[in-house]
Amino acid sequence: MAEVHTRAGGEMSLPALLQRNAERYGDRPAYREKEYGIWQSWTWAEAEKEVEALALGLLDLGLRPGDFVAIIGRNRPYLYWSMVAVQAAGGVPVPLYQDAVAEEMSYVLANCGARFVIAGDQEQVDKVLEVQDQLTTLEQMIYLDPRGLRKYDHGQLHGFKAVQVQGRKAALALADELNARRAELDYASTCVMLYTSGTTGKPKGVVLSNRNVIETARNSAQFDQLSSDDSILSYLPMAWVGDFIFSVAQAYWCGFCTNCPESPETMMTDLREIGPTYFFAPPRVFEGQLTSVMIRMEDAGRLKRRMFHHFLAHAKKVGGRILDGKAVGLLDRLKYALGDVLVYGPLKDTLGYGRIRVGYTAGEAIGPEIFDFYRSLGINLKQLYGQTEATVFITQQPDGEVRADTVGVPSPSVELKIDETGEIFYRSPGVFVEYFKNPESTMKTKDADGWVATGDAGFIEEKSGHLRIIDRAKDVGKMANGAMFAPKFVENKLKFYPDILEAVLFGNGRDRCVAFINIDLTAVGNWAERNNIAYASYQELAGHPEVLKSITAHVGEVNRSVAEDEMLSGCQVHRFVVLHKELDADDGELTRTRKVRRGFVEEKFQDILAALYDGEVSVSTRTEVTYEDGRKGEISATLAIQDAQISGSMVQLEAAE
Amino acid sequence: MLDQTAGFVTEDGRTIGGVVMEMKNITLRFGGVEAIKDISFDIREGEIRAIIGPNGAGKSSMLNVISGFYVPQDGEVWFHGKKRKPMRPYEVARQGIARTFQNIALFEGMSVLDNVMTGRLNHMSANLFQQAFWKGRAEAEEVANREKVEEIIDFLEIQAIRKTPVARLPYGLKKRVELARALAAEPKLLLLDEPMAGMNVEEKEDMSRFILDVNDEFGTTIALIEHDMGVVMDLSDRVVVMDYGKKIGDGTPDEVRSNQQVIDAYLGVSHD
Repeated sequence: MAEVHTRAGGEMSLPALLQRNAERYGDRPAYREKEYGIWQSWTWAEAEKEVEALALGLLDLGLRPGDFVAIIGRNRPYLYWSMVAVQAAGGVPVPLYQDAVAEEMSYVLANCGARFVIAGDQEQVDKVLEVQDQLTTLEQMIYLDPRGLRKYDHGQLHGFKAVQVQGRKAALALADELNARRAELDYASTCVMLYTSGTTGKPKGVVLSNRNVIETARNSAQFDQLSSDDSILSYLPMAWVGDFIFSVAQAYWCGFCTNCPESPETMMTDLREIGPTYFFAPPRVFEGQLTSVMIRMEDAGRLKRRMFHHFLAHAKKVGGRILDGKAVGLLDRLKYALGDVLVYGPLKDTLGYGRIRVGYTAGEAIGPEIFDFYRSLGINLKQLYGQTEATVFITQQPDGEVRADTVGVPSPSVELKIDETGEIFYRSPGVFVEYFKNPESTMKTKDADGWVATGDAGFIEEKSGHLRIIDRAKDVGKMANGAMFAPKFVENKLKFYPDILEAVLFGNGRDRCVAFINIDLTAVGNWAERNNIAYASYQELAGHPEVLKSITAHVGEVNRSVAEDEMLSGCQVHRFVVLHKELDADDGELTRTRKVRRGFVEEKFQDILAALYDGEVSVSTRTEVTYEDGRKGEISATLAIQDAQISGSMVQLEAAE
Repeated sequence: MLDQTAGFVTEDGRTIGGVVMEMKNITLRFGGVEAIKDISFDIREGEIRAIIGPNGAGKSSMLNVISGFYVPQDGEVWFHGKKRKPMRPYEVARQGIARTFQNIALFEGMSVLDNVMTGRLNHMSANLFQQAFWKGRAEAEEVANREKVEEIIDFLEIQAIRKTPVARLPYGLKKRVELARALAAEPKLLLLDEPMAGMNVEEKEDMSRFILDVNDEFGTTIALIEHDMGVVMDLSDRVVVMDYGKKIGDGTPDEVRSNQQVIDAYLGVSHD
């Protein structure tokens, strides 16, 4: 076989980093995947061989420099190799969301003009075949799992292993070409293209260069002292920028091991078996785990349950402080150590967090209770704020400066600025090159100096220098007295209470804020059952005096917490109603992804809103509802309007009037 | 009709081989009741063969004759070119026939993995002592058999419930575990007794896909009884139709569908 191990471009591309790792960490694990009930493993040296065989195979199939190769499937080492093999062969990998339906896939495949598709299994192959007619550029398809594909026409369809075999056979003839293409890769060449999911309009292809990816990987790895001793569980969609940075870029930069679960359903078991040291999960994963722990503890024996709650209360008191390295008394420390042996340790082990050194969450607001629960156990869970366009990192929380309500300080080499409307802008080495074939959007998002608009409003806390996200910039308004109005900030605080499902705050351009609240039928129904409160309908439960009392107390607490915030203290809820119906996507009040459509809700319930501002004590209303089978009906109700307790400076303000 | 000796190629390009099992003039009586009356048909290598019919047509009895559980009073069963004598169930299993049951017959208290492992019993030869102390052949055998079982678990996508006791599983998954256990025996002929009974549409689709994949991937010959006509017509290569113990139709799904006797049996005859 010809010599194919020439150094290509130093450390300026992922294929080059792979070669470096194969030399430096040759016999250490690079990839693991659980299959057939056992963790299969590949060292860096083996991974390099696999990638190379595939890259040669792609050349053999006629991959040209600059070709886009779509990669669709669940997290598997083979697909991660595919990304790097495509880069080595001069192409651009485009990972797609595996749960996308055929039409969505068709748009993206046509938009980038993919000539090759690497698919995980029959399901993905079928989806691409379904829309094949609309794809003029598509030429070759490679699949991983042969199951069910035996009978398919193999003219332009190839098995993954067969492509590798073909590549190895053609090595003699193609090695020079591969070396040449690899050597051409530098900081300016495109590393990957990722499509943003795009809540409005069509998805946009975000082009990230090797500079974006490798600089970001280096900076963020330094920030958290990641090294080749770390390990990660890769279970989030491969098409998401976070997975690309954590499981590919940082893994290659540091030389740590990427572990792939056996199947999406076994993720929690696999997490426990691997015990990663570096972990990312969206808030809902942490919430789900906490709920399941609490439910299972209710079924445990008395002794265990008492021990659990006793030590958990202690952890709540001192755990977070110990983790942050703050002063804690010796007795408390001893008790915490005992708790670690009896409760925290075994619990962390069960959850799969026994070895975690750095954990991140992002994407949406995490409830402070949930956040503090994990931190009190000694799990270093932190928050970060990022975007595809920034190659993930904009801000992140340094060890010892972690709070539930901020997203941390600017990541290394990231500059932040807030404009007069409160919108956050950033500039960093990770700032994306462009939106593919969309200069108009590129210009709108990124200015000539490289500043990128996030679309989020926020501010930097003066004391700590931490960034706090308030809301989407387009939702932020001003109240009549000029104070900032940020509905989501208050709504999120309300929604952290388990009995509040949804909240909508109004107040833009007004002198005070009012709110609509939806109770959570599961939580409140459960409570009613335990307290022998009979109810016949959602409406009746929502109007129960005890329920209203408890919601009023929550709103008062939220107001106290909002009052502590100088800028947003004007957003306290003065009055509210508990709505007689659940906001529903079928009625147009929510989007299909369960986000409130403010404008629509404001218009639909304008009579209630007027009553809230007019100071009335109750309001009678009729509302049209759509049943699941499409029929329409009407419900009428008389809602009691509640006054909430106002805190802090607002009280003085009102007293002065 | 099809040629009896040589195989044929189906529309979707699968090769169906020669006759594996032949039923010749089978009659089965329970006391004075004739459950099966003089029925003959064959099963070919690599095909999916369905037996359908209204309630009480004698389908399950037929499957029990194929599996050797019932011995017919008249007629002969030929398997792999040999006439079959009355056998005990384990002898049937050793011949390479495995089955699933209409009313799920799993070991409820055991894990999925252990249940599927029982399907490998015929591939183990370690004695009680060796098994008990995990000595001699026992260890090597278990490793080899576990590997095979893991392949099947992967194939049927039940990794997530590997260690779950069967009693805790929903009905649809239990059916899949039963299929896994039958497959673990690496059967030459797989008998499925109403594999979709009581399933919702989604579960039926999954099960259909698994049956097709089993046939495709392992080349297993499959004989199945099913109520759901839509499923049968989509899945099978050839169908036997029974009514009141008699065979009233035999052929490809299209042939059977246009057979007047079959239509009458299923939809009833108008009396005017």
